[in-house]
Amino acid sequence: MSEQITQPAPPTPVTPDTRPGIVKRMLAGSAGRNLGLVIAFALLIVVGILTAGDRFASFDNFVTIIRFASIVGVVCVGMTFVITAGGIDLSVGSVVGLSSVVASLTAVQLASAQSSWLLIVVVALLVGTLAGFVNGVVIAYGGVVAFMATLAMLVGARGLAELISNRSTQIVNNQEFMGFFRADLLGVPILIWIFIIVAVAGWILLNRTTFGRRTVAVGGNAEASRLAGIKVKRHMVYVYMLSGLTAGIAGVMFLGRTTVGTSTHGTLLELDVIAAVVVGGTLLIGGRGTIVGSVLGILIFSTLTNVFTQNNLSTSVQNVAKGVIIVAAVLLQQRFASRGSRSK
Amino acid sequence: MITVDHSAALLEVRGLRKSFAGVKALQGVDLVVRPGEVHCVLGQNGAGKSTLIKTLSGAYQPDSGEIFWQGEPVTIGGPVAALELGIATMYQELDVVDGLTIAENVFLGHEQATGGVLHVASANARTQQILARLGHSEISPRTEVGQLSAANKQIVSMARALSRDTKLIIMDEPSAVLDSQEVENLFRVVAELTEQGIAVVYISHRLAEIRRIGDRITVIKDGKTTASGLSVADTPTPHLIRLMTGREVANVFPQSTPLPTDAPIVLRCDALGVRGVFRNVSLEVRAGEIVGLAGLVGSGRSEILEAIYGARRSTSGTVTVNGTVLRPGSVDAAVSAGIGLSPEERKSQGLILDEPIFKNVTLSSFARFARGGFLREGAERDAARQQIEALELRPPDPNLTTRSLSGGNQQKILLARWLVHGTTVLLLDEPTRGVDVGARAEIYALIRRLAEAGTAIIVVSSEIDEVLGLADRVLVISDGDVLTTTNSTDIDEPGVLDLVMRGSAA
Repeated sequence: MSEQITQPAPPTPVTPDTRPGIVKRMLAGSAGRNLGLVIAFALLIVVGILTAGDRFASFDNFVTIIRFASIVGVVCVGMTFVITAGGIDLSVGSVVGLSSVVASLTAVQLASAQSSWLLIVVVALLVGTLAGFVNGVVIAYGGVVAFMATLAMLVGARGLAELISNRSTQIVNNQEFMGFFRADLLGVPILIWIFIIVAVAGWILLNRTTFGRRTVAVGGNAEASRLAGIKVKRHMVYVYMLSGLTAGIAGVMFLGRTTVGTSTHGTLLELDVIAAVVVGGTLLIGGRGTIVGSVLGILIFSTLTNVFTQNNLSTSVQNVAKGVIIVAAVLLQQRFASRGSRSK
Repeated sequence: MITVDHSAALLEVRGLRKSFAGVKALQGVDLVVRPGEVHCVLGQNGAGKSTLIKTLSGAYQPDSGEIFWQGEPVTIGGPVAALELGIATMYQELDVVDGLTIAENVFLGHEQATGGVLHVASANARTQQILARLGHSEISPRTEVGQLSAANKQIVSMARALSRDTKLIIMDEPSAVLDSQEVENLFRVVAELTEQGIAVVYISHRLAEIRRIGDRITVIKDGKTTASGLSVADTPTPHLIRLMTGREVANVFPQSTPLPTDAPIVLRCDALGVRGVFRNVSLEVRAGEIVGLAGLVGSGRSEILEAIYGARRSTSGTVTVNGTVLRPGSVDAAVSAGIGLSPEERKSQGLILDEPIFKNVTLSSFARFARGGFLREGAERDAARQQIEALELRPPDPNLTTRSLSGGNQQKILLARWLVHGTTVLLLDEPTRGVDVGARAEIYALIRRLAEAGTAIIVVSSEIDEVLGLADRVLVISDGDVLTTTNSTDIDEPGVLDLVMRGSAA
C-alpha cells in the first residue's frame, strides 16, 4: 500500500491529449450507440436458449440464422449509405429480382458456359448498378423526390423483370456457378462470407474514406456541403449506384441459393432492409449512419424469426413482433436524438 | 383614451432558475417590466436570453423563482397560459404558417367558429382592423403568408399578438431579418404599441437600436441579472458592454493599414450579372484589400457573392481570379481557384451542426489530407486545432460538437475552414449575424488580420456601419445596380441610405 502512495506521479505530457480515454471513446462512439442493440440481441439469444434449448443453441442453427440474414444484410449495407446521405431507396427489392432475371437469361448462361461463370455475376452487378445510376440521376439532376423516383423504379424494374423472363422461372445450369455457391469455406457457407466481406468493406468505406465523409456530410447538411465545394449531385448518384450494386450482389446470392432467377426474387425486401437499417441507428433524416448497427439490426430480425420458428409460432405472430420492435426502436432513437440536441 | 399607471410593474420576475441536464441556463434572473415601456434585455449569446423568453412564453417551466403578473403571483404552465395572461412572443424564426392566409394565421389557435364552421368574413374584417392599427392597411388579410416578405411576416406575428388582449410582447431580435427602412417601420409600430400601454421586451444585439427605442435595460450575463432597470438615456455604451462581457471592449473596428500601391489584383468581376437579379457589376479586389457591399435586404448583394462563388449561375460577365476566368455556376471551380465563402445563414448553409468542429473545419479540404481515398483524421484534427487556436476559439477542442458553440465561435469555424484550405479570396456574407458585441470586435480584428496577410476580402452586411467600418472600399448597391464605388472613409451611413433611396426612386 505505502509503496503505491510513495510512487512518483507519472510525468504529465507537455500537450495534454484532450481526447477521452479508450473506454469512454468507445462508449461515445459506435459501440456505445449500438449498446442497446447488442443488449437486445443478447436478450433474444437468451430467450431462444430458454425456449428452444439445444435446437437453438447449436452451431448449425447460428449458421442458419446468419445465412438467412446474409442476402438482406448485403442490401442493408448499400441502404445505410443511401439513408445516411439523406435519401431513400425503395427499389432495391425489385432490382434484386431484375438482376437475377437478367443474369440467368439463356443468352447470358450460354455466353458464360463459353467463358466463365463469373460473367453471370458481372451481369447481375452491372444491372443493379445501372438501376442505381438511373435512380441517382433522376433524383440528383432531375430533382425528383427520392421516395417517388425509387418508387417508380420499384414498379418499373419489377415489370421489366416480368417482361424479360416472361414470368417464367429461369433455371441456372452453369455447374461452376452453382458449385461455388454450394461450397463452404472453413465450415461457413459462401453466402455468409459474401455478407461479411460486403459489411467489412462497407464499414471501411463509410468510416475511413473520403467517400464516407462526403456521404455523412451531404446527409448532415447538403447545402453546407455544396457551398464547401463538395459535388453533392454527383455524390448522390454514386450513393444510389452503390445501393444498386448491393442489390445486384443480392441478386447473385438469390441465384446461388435458389438455383433459379425469377422476377419474384426480393419481393418486399426493401421493407426489411429499411427497417433493419433504421432500427440499427442510422438516422432516417440523414447525417449519421452505422454499418455495425445495420448488421445488428438485420441479425436481430433474423434471430427473431428463428426463435419464433423454433417455437412453432406463425409468421403472423412474427410480423406483429417485428412491428412492435420497429416502433420501439425508433421511439428510443428519437429519445436519444432529442436528448442530444437539448443539451444546449 | 387609455390611461396607464407607469409606476406599477406589469411583469416582475424574481430569482428565476432553470437547468438543462445539469447545465445551468438561468441562475437567478430578475426582470421588472412596466406597462407601456420598451424594456431591452441585453446579453451575450449563451447568457440565457432565449431561456428567459421561453420561460416567460410558457415553453419552459422554471426550476425555481417567482413570476408576478400585474402584482399577482402566477405560474405560466404553457404557451396557451401565457397568451391568456396577455404575453405574446415573436420568435426570431417567425412562427407563421406559410400556406394559410394572414387572417387565418392571426386567428390560429383561437379561430372564431360556430359548430366548427369558421367565420371567415369576420376574421378577415378584424384582421383588417388590426393591420390598419399597425399602419399596414394596404395589406389584404386574404393574402397567403408565404408570399410575404420577412418584414411583413413580422407584422402578421404582431397582428396575432394584438388579436388577443395582449399586454406584453416579447420580440426576439426582430430587426435581424429587416433592412434599414423596414427597421424604421418596426420602430414606428413599437412606438404606437407602447403609446397604447402595451409593454415590449426587446432583444437585440444592436446597441444603436436600443438607444433609439429603448426605455430601460436589463443586462444578463451567465444566466444572472447583472443590472436591471438601467435608464437607456443615462447609461453609456462602454458601461453596457462591460456589464455584458465583464471586460472592456475598445475600438470596435480595427485600424486599416494603407495598401501597398503594387498590391496585385486578385479578384476581378467584369460586367457580372444574373438575369432578373443584378446586372453589370464590375469590381476589383486587390490582395490585402477589404471591399464592402452595402445595400438593403433584397438589393442583390448576397446574390453577387453567390454568383462570384459559382453557387448561382451568372448569365453575363466574367469572374477572374489570379488571371484565370472561372466557369460560371461551378462552386468547384471557384474553390479550386482559391475562393472561399462564409455564407449568410451559418447554421443552414455553413455548418453540419451535429459533426465535431474539426470535420466542419476540414469540410473543404478533407480530401487533401487523405491518402488514396483513405481519411487521415489525425492530420485533420491537428490542422483544425492549429487554426482554432490561432483564431482563439474557446475552448479550442476540435472534437466538440459544433451545435453547442456560440455564434461567434461558429463564425470562427467557417474562417478556419478557409484558412486550412488556403484561399486568396474570401467572401463573407453577414459575418457577425447573431454574434454578440464582445465577439464581434474579435471577428472584425480577425478579418483585418486575414487581409493584412494578403487575402482579398469582400464583406456583405445588412448593417451599413459594419460595412463602412470594416471595408477599405464600398460598393453601394440598390435593386441589382451598383450606384457608386467609393472609399469607405468618403461616405457615412446617412450618405449610403440617401444614395439607396434616390437610386430606388429613379
